[in-house]
Amino acid sequence: MGNRKYTAEALSPWMKEDAPDRDVVLSSRVRIARNLRHLPFPMMASASQASDAMDRLLMVNESGRLNGLGEVSSIRLSELSELEKQVLVEKHLISPALANQAQHAALMLGPGEDVSLMVNEEDHLRIQCLHAGFQLKETWDTASKIDDIFEEAVDYAFDEKYGFLTSCPTNVGTGIRASVMMHLPALVITGQINRILSAVTQVGLAVRGMYGEGSEATGNLFQVSNQITLGQSEAEIIDHLHAVARQIIEHEKAARAKLMGESRLKVEDRIKRSFGILSYAAVIDAKEASQRLSDLRLGVHLGLLPGVDEGTLNELLVSIQPGYLQQAYGEALSPEQRDMTRAQMISSRLATHA
Amino acid sequence: MVCQECGQRPATLHFSKYVNGEKTELHICEACAREKGELIPGTPSGFSIHNLLSGLMDFDPSGLSGAKAQVQQQQRCEGCGMTYGQFSKLGRFGCAHCYKQFAERLDPLLKRVHGNTVHVGKVPKRAGGLVRLRREIDGLKREMQSRIEGEDFESAADLRDRIRELEREVQNG
Repeated sequence: MGNRKYTAEALSPWMKEDAPDRDVVLSSRVRIARNLRHLPFPMMASASQASDAMDRLLMVNESGRLNGLGEVSSIRLSELSELEKQVLVEKHLISPALANQAQHAALMLGPGEDVSLMVNEEDHLRIQCLHAGFQLKETWDTASKIDDIFEEAVDYAFDEKYGFLTSCPTNVGTGIRASVMMHLPALVITGQINRILSAVTQVGLAVRGMYGEGSEATGNLFQVSNQITLGQSEAEIIDHLHAVARQIIEHEKAARAKLMGESRLKVEDRIKRSFGILSYAAVIDAKEASQRLSDLRLGVHLGLLPGVDEGTLNELLVSIQPGYLQQAYGEALSPEQRDMTRAQMISSRLATHA
Repeated sequence: MVCQECGQRPATLHFSKYVNGEKTELHICEACAREKGELIPGTPSGFSIHNLLSGLMDFDPSGLSGAKAQVQQQQRCEGCGMTYGQFSKLGRFGCAHCYKQFAERLDPLLKRVHGNTVHVGKVPKRAGGLVRLRREIDGLKREMQSRIEGEDFESAADLRDRIRELEREVQNG
């Protein structure tokens, strides 16, 4: 199956690019929610209406309008196994909601896996763009251009007062959700994180764990995103998030410098112990693995772990997730087997750097 | 603090419930919360944005009660058939027409969620035809004003002509 290439590799091509502020920001993401004018939203659509919406949206790719993005694959979710869907969720290429959609759901995926267009999720179309590092404005530009291409080909549900109409009133207006995935270990270690996160929520932004709504922040990864979509322009939304994220980045960098200045030996010890455990553990659960990999990531950026590179850590971030682990080992694994397999996978990847 | 229910595990969840103006506090661990069926913020099985929305949806600006409120709950969207009751339960609309059908009760909700009720962002070329023109005219007028203030009368005149052209387009629909 041609889709295998998207699930075989843990690391998406876009993650390999060099990017600004990569020592703190893993990725920038923009999602745009859109609906077709004359069809009910997916939740209320009949099978034939859902299939109609899917055909119209997939046609935009088939007609060659998306050619500027390279060869975009159209994938119907019904072609994928449960495990493949789970891997796509773990790679952030589709949402859990799309993976759970039984019928008439589809995905258009750009060759760099930096563009993922979800069809019949909560809304008819969700345009998602991902860039490595802190590149919020560039990510918005890409997403907006794709939005323009679709707008030329299909009629969007739009209201003069409320803007773009979405299934959930929390998305109405611009329909955009912009987010930055940040690694903030020094703010956590120095105990400043809660103060910063509460300040962030007070200025109208939301903070979540790595896998979106309802997920815990493991491995010191925090996703900061806009909450308001109505009454602010796209540029204002992006600028506001950009400005706040910039401040968090600077705080994190200052906290790292402080750690290195005041307790270098303690930090170095913690990072190297984590390296030791990840290299030699026989079993490890996902939570501990994420936490220890966070230590390694910090070590790489502080120059305390010369043998390890960031690419390996990014790859492990996805590889240690249950879906990817099971796919890599080609069988269903019990939780105990997963913890063992995870430990093996990590130690073998790190051994090449020792 | 120890969980009020099992008295063993540490209480990690702290709830304040207001029922008919009466406040009760609950300090429990996650396991007991699940057993009790409490909504847990930040967990997939528990509290979600849709739960929150449906809470806000029950907010009734008209102050209707009893039979009249009942009628309102049964009001049905002509576009997709969704009732207001369904909408307030699910926190999601069924189609674009729902926004018109339930407009009366929508503004207070949007105000609470977004602090605002009017879109000021991108306007699509196709669906937004007239809106787009009107916004372009407003932008050009502002630009013209600043050119006049800067005594750049020549380019202000060009802008005036362009504005007239667009205004004719708006009039012709």
